[in-house]
Amino acid sequence: MSTFNITLHVWRQKSPTAQGKFEDYKVEADEHMSFLEMLDVVNEDLIEKGKEPIAFDHDCREGICGMCGMVINGEAHGPQKLTTTCQLHMRQFKNGPFDIWIEPFRAAGFPLVKDLVVDRSGFDRIIQAGGYISIRTGAPLDANATPIPKAVSDMAMDAAECIGCGACVAACPNASASLFTAAKITHLGLLPQGQAERPERARNMVTAMDNEGFGSCTNHGECESACPKGISVDFIARMNRDFVKASATAYDRAAKSDGD
Amino acid sequence: MQRALTLYQSTIGKKVAMALSGLVIIGFSIGHMLGNLNAYAGEVAFNEYAEGLANLPFIVWPTRFLLLACFGIHIASAFTLVTRNKDARPQAYHVTKHHEATFASKAMPISGIALFLFVGFHLLHFTLAPQLFNAAHFENPFWNFYAGLSHPVLALVYIAGNLALGLHIYHGFFSAFQSIGANHPKYNPLRRDAAVGLATILTVANLMFPISVQLGYIEAPAGYEAAMADAAAPVNDAPAGDH
Amino acid sequence: MELRSNEPDKSIPIEQRWTKHKMAGKLVAPANRRKYEIIVVGSGLAGGAAAASLGELGYKVKCFCFQDSPRRAHSIAAQGGINAAKNYQNDGDSVYRLFYDTVKGGDFRAREANVYRLAELSVNIIDQCVAAGVPFAREYGGLLANRSFGGAQVSRTFYARGQTGQQLLLGAYQALERQVAAGTVEMITRSEMLDLVVVDGKARGIITRNLKTGEIEPHVADVVVLCTGGYGNVFFLSTNAMGSNCTAAWRAHRKGALFANPCYTQIHPTCIPRAGEYQGKLTLMSESLRNDGRVWVPRKKEDCGKPPEQIAEKDRYYYLEEKYPAFGNLVPRDVASRNAMYVCDEGLGVGPVVDGERRAVYLDFADAIKRLGEPIIRERYGNLFDMYERITGESPYKTPMRIYPATHYTMGGIWVDYNLMTTIPGLFAGGEANFSDHGANRLGASALMQGLADGYFVLPYTVGNYIGTEASKRIGQRTFPEIGTDHPEVQKTLKDVKERIKRLMSAPEPKYGPDYFHRELGKIIWTKCGMSRTKEGLEEALRQIPKLRAEFDKHLKITGTGEELNQTLEKAGRVEDFFELGQLMCIDALTREESCGGHFRAEHEEDGEAARDDDNFAFVSAWGYTGDTAKPELNKEPLTFDYVKPSKRSYK
Repeated sequence: MSTFNITLHVWRQKSPTAQGKFEDYKVEADEHMSFLEMLDVVNEDLIEKGKEPIAFDHDCREGICGMCGMVINGEAHGPQKLTTTCQLHMRQFKNGPFDIWIEPFRAAGFPLVKDLVVDRSGFDRIIQAGGYISIRTGAPLDANATPIPKAVSDMAMDAAECIGCGACVAACPNASASLFTAAKITHLGLLPQGQAERPERARNMVTAMDNEGFGSCTNHGECESACPKGISVDFIARMNRDFVKASATAYDRAAKSDGD
Repeated sequence: MQRALTLYQSTIGKKVAMALSGLVIIGFSIGHMLGNLNAYAGEVAFNEYAEGLANLPFIVWPTRFLLLACFGIHIASAFTLVTRNKDARPQAYHVTKHHEATFASKAMPISGIALFLFVGFHLLHFTLAPQLFNAAHFENPFWNFYAGLSHPVLALVYIAGNLALGLHIYHGFFSAFQSIGANHPKYNPLRRDAAVGLATILTVANLMFPISVQLGYIEAPAGYEAAMADAAAPVNDAPAGDH
Repeated sequence: MELRSNEPDKSIPIEQRWTKHKMAGKLVAPANRRKYEIIVVGSGLAGGAAAASLGELGYKVKCFCFQDSPRRAHSIAAQGGINAAKNYQNDGDSVYRLFYDTVKGGDFRAREANVYRLAELSVNIIDQCVAAGVPFAREYGGLLANRSFGGAQVSRTFYARGQTGQQLLLGAYQALERQVAAGTVEMITRSEMLDLVVVDGKARGIITRNLKTGEIEPHVADVVVLCTGGYGNVFFLSTNAMGSNCTAAWRAHRKGALFANPCYTQIHPTCIPRAGEYQGKLTLMSESLRNDGRVWVPRKKEDCGKPPEQIAEKDRYYYLEEKYPAFGNLVPRDVASRNAMYVCDEGLGVGPVVDGERRAVYLDFADAIKRLGEPIIRERYGNLFDMYERITGESPYKTPMRIYPATHYTMGGIWVDYNLMTTIPGLFAGGEANFSDHGANRLGASALMQGLADGYFVLPYTVGNYIGTEASKRIGQRTFPEIGTDHPEVQKTLKDVKERIKRLMSAPEPKYGPDYFHRELGKIIWTKCGMSRTKEGLEEALRQIPKLRAEFDKHLKITGTGEELNQTLEKAGRVEDFFELGQLMCIDALTREESCGGHFRAEHEEDGEAARDDDNFAFVSAWGYTGDTAKPELNKEPLTFDYVKPSKRSYK
């Protein structure tokens, strides 16, 4: 077992409106600890000293729930590719840097709650705008009634792997939510079941994304690089295509229903 | 029209507008560069080309309007998006580390502003107010071309402006395809190659004009030196009240 | 208390029971549904699907989750797949066979009618999910792919890469968000249920804590549905999410809902062992690894600290292959788990010393790599190997994996009848939170099936039936008397919750955070009420738990205030409830003098195998809260088996 000393500079902010600042903590890290276990140790120590622990979101600690996320030395989820913060282990820091800056995901679309905790409910509202297939619970077709080519199904799965962690927004120099939105539009837009609502879905989800105050995509590609699931920026091009097509051709429901 | 305006209200619509207007401007830049290659063929060829253009008013003016519109849309969209993107992250990170973003992609607003200034300068220099920069203005386009680029300081401005153009196109051309959704797994790698190729060709070709003039590969037209000397004298001797 | 399962009459053939039951049920007219308010606590497969389906029917639904989004519930972490008796593979599967396998797999401790319904609904689940856009794996012909899972003799498991739970949950989540947009469901996130409001004997609301502001909020409704998951975190270390807890279920129990079979917990044999004392969570790896990996430990204690490569073949003890020649490394989960524990108890464990001992065994792929070549192994297990390497820093291609069992599912839960209603009228429980369908042991790929069956297909009918039945009792009046948040019972419960928080925050001699006590409690439960239980051990645990609880009451330390986001306070409340649940688990395990499924009593074995006692223990233990957690009241629901005759398991 090998341990080493690190200094954490952690963003502490008591409430959304309070003034935040970095606080420093000296920690002896074990290389086999996960990053969050290291923070657990810091927190237990803080509690015993009568101080408030560092608030951070986390839940499954298996890299799938998407709850954890912080910016570590300028990188969303830290230095390891295709890895969430909870799956990042301290051995990545064994050879330095021993100064670790920890900041919350920063974006207007992700208002800060406390310390490293941010509010990502904007993502839920983007899904509410159309990130679903309208199917009633009950009696759909038999699951095998509509064959889907394996390649299409696999690509839909590539997009569907998104865990909604928000690292794409955090890493984007423009704090854009394009990768998140594009992943859902692509997942559902590729499947035969998703065709009926495809144009409206693209229009409504993009509008919702814009309304949340996220920035625009300027094709830096940082999102794909930070994404723990490696979701491709190609899906953003798909979203753009769907959106333009939808804007040009979409059946205008509002106008139509006015006439009824 | 309603649909186009609705589309334009979205961030994606603005990006599409930027992509399309940018592609038009790139198209113009290529034509502009190709036309200027006549300079290597000498005064006669260059002037014939210039006069040929001037004699096509039904093409020149619509093109000018189109370009003006494209610049307008491009700049207005860029301004809105850049402002929006700044607002999207009110508090900056203390530490940032980028992996994929390039110098060009991050410098788009800066290279854009540089290009705006450069294009303004270029229009003033050759079309709107050449007297501000040149000692003399001629009815002969090639003479103007030579006069403009033989001035070392102005040549440096052209070199800098064209470097900004190259940088802007390097990201812009690639980005335009992504913005309009032109995406296919088979051709995606080509988009980057095409952007690199185009940016390189355009920049190198454009840079060669001031460099060639400076190094003497494009020689002064016959009678130019004498005319310059003549033109210089009365300016120097002119009484102050004439201005 | 007399337990009425309310299942259809046994004279009805089992395959018609659910249909007839639905037919006999009362309906609520579409125009009336919006008058009824339903609270759904939890947003996993069961809760998310139930809230979405009830909202779609037109009820006024409020759905709560403690995470920042309903998409994060721990259903998301299920890897393997979901069973359904589709028989797409033409390999002889049927609803009846899935029913049969589930009753047998549950070691004859589940209600037959419930299990049959589950098997019957499994078919609809797949149709529903595909229609909702779940990208299940497909064959080149475009049809759905299946695999055989957990030793099943048919290929009935549907999967989406290694993320089946994620895709199913996102399907339910999207359906839920669609209802949120439609205005039928109000989603309340970052909110934890801290108590149940019972008025005139009926569940009428909940008290929650807003985890962002600390505000204690009352919510009243006509029906409350708990889909709050399992209690595996009572062990401290489990494969559950860090936030998974029993508080909602336990608070309902304290308000009168019986808690059934708490000692039925499932231990998964292939988890990544602990690396140090600081560890708060274990990670599960798919059981499929045992298809090609060979399990061993050194024969000699002195070899345990050596690198595995330096241990000669003759000094390696392939204990599963030696003890169970027929099944070898593929023995069922509980057998594999228990044997790993035995060898480590003998001091033959490997890996780093944690808490003074080595607790891991090797899962070695060297032979498989030699036989099949690295590319094939990479194709089969590449993702798992990568995950293992990310966590441990060791490559399973080069050195044997280290594995150890960990808790990952709890079959026990709130007692419910056939309608999934608890012993408190108007309070329902679905998914892992109830005890219903898995008996004493759950088959692989059946948890997702049960969550979705309850959420999509059972609760929407049975909740409606309850409302319709109540309405028919009071024709011309309000079905449920109107209560506001100012109702005395609501206010009293609210006050109780506030006082409890105040108590938690003001221990007389604050010293340690809640994690310290949770870790200690987990050690007791894991060693005494884990893979193998004994009378002495359980009695010892029942002495230790109250002692530790007293320490907790005295020394719990929470910094910050209750009026803000305070994760320490959240944990403290959960740990307190784990204390009481853990105690009940041990009492349940002590009274169940047999070995069945996930409950193994060392005293009850024959030839090294679990010995079930059908004559004396073919019943559900449903425990009632008496006010004294040391003396709960035992109610028995007898189990009869008319279709699947109890038989003995043997893997020799």
